[in-house]
Amino acid sequence: MSMNRRQFLKIAGLTTIAGVGGPVIVAGMKERLLEASELVDVPERSGALTAQRWGMVVDMSRFRTEADRQKVIDACHHIHNVPDFGNPKDEIKWIWPETYEHAFPGREDEYMPHALKEMPFLVLCNHCANPPCVRVCPTKATFKRKDGIVMMDMHRCIGCRFCMAACPFGARSFNWRDPRGKDAQGRPFIRKENPEYPTRTIGVVEKCTFCTERLAKGLQPACAEASDGGLVFGDLEDENSDIRNKLRNHFTIRRKTELGTSPSVYYVIGGAEHV
Amino acid sequence: MYDGNKIIIGLVVFGLLIISPILYNTLGKASVPPEPDINTPEINKMVEKKCVEPKSFMRANHMQILNDWRDEVVRVGKTRTYVNGEGKEFNMSLQNTCMKCHSNKKNFCDKCHTYMAVKPYCWDCHIAPKEKTT
Repeated sequence: MSMNRRQFLKIAGLTTIAGVGGPVIVAGMKERLLEASELVDVPERSGALTAQRWGMVVDMSRFRTEADRQKVIDACHHIHNVPDFGNPKDEIKWIWPETYEHAFPGREDEYMPHALKEMPFLVLCNHCANPPCVRVCPTKATFKRKDGIVMMDMHRCIGCRFCMAACPFGARSFNWRDPRGKDAQGRPFIRKENPEYPTRTIGVVEKCTFCTERLAKGLQPACAEASDGGLVFGDLEDENSDIRNKLRNHFTIRRKTELGTSPSVYYVIGGAEHV
Repeated sequence: MYDGNKIIIGLVVFGLLIISPILYNTLGKASVPPEPDINTPEINKMVEKKCVEPKSFMRANHMQILNDWRDEVVRVGKTRTYVNGEGKEFNMSLQNTCMKCHSNKKNFCDKCHTYMAVKPYCWDCHIAPKEKTT
């Protein structure tokens, strides 16, 4: 069969289109087939708490005594199997007290109330909108979830501690020692294990996760639950949430806003009747 | 060939030594693949002894499922719910779902893992259940 120039060009053109476009079409079909045969549509579990951006208000007027603060810290640290190594160098902390001067450096004034200056503020991971820890993590072990929570994936953490250097709030702790170990007196570092939650291993960094495991079950974070209203947890993007209501009605400050990380944890210093 | 007998005998001995592990395994007792034990109080209580997915699937793919669950729980999910082939829902959790039934890690997980010489690092962090075997 002989072929003229015109026919040849037609066939060549069609072949090119088939060659370039074919795989795309086939791939597209395959994807659709997979989707149809597999169950990907997971129904929303009823009661799971969801938000656009989770945040917290720490109302310091409710944390006047050591007991008030310790109750909250213990609730968190027990439920998450946070070890107590008994020495500040190795300390692991998810939520802990910090003086005003340390929590809000640059905001302390010469003549401010002494009580306020020395007052231990409850501090925790700020779950920043622009988290520097996430930017520096080389393995993406720490990442930002869609609901604003800065989360850790312990399976991926290689213990490089870049995130600790990046975090301006000291919210991250490194496991210098095996949290499952025992001290010299034979006392385990984790006093009482919570069998529902994993521990960590030596050589990983850990921090507050806003209790993602509890949110999935429809529960408030452990600290907020134990705080009797001292910690208000909610959706910062939802105008009608408790937290937005609190923010509307109180003057609040955040830690180190000048660094531009935009923390999601707000502090109410206390009403006129308190300070 | 000088000293041919000695060389041939030496070669035979050498050959036997080289294949001795194979001979040992074929002539001796072949090691029996272990059967994971599902004899726990929790499983015995079940009317229908069913895992998340069918046994054959779990046997071949439990590591894949665990990997998927881990990614879903830690990285993606807000629901943490697994829907199996029959439409039943499960909470994606090693400690709170898998090990609640298989509360005999030594006779269930470790038995095969030791046989296969695999060392998953699950238990570096995840808390193993208290051993229960009836």
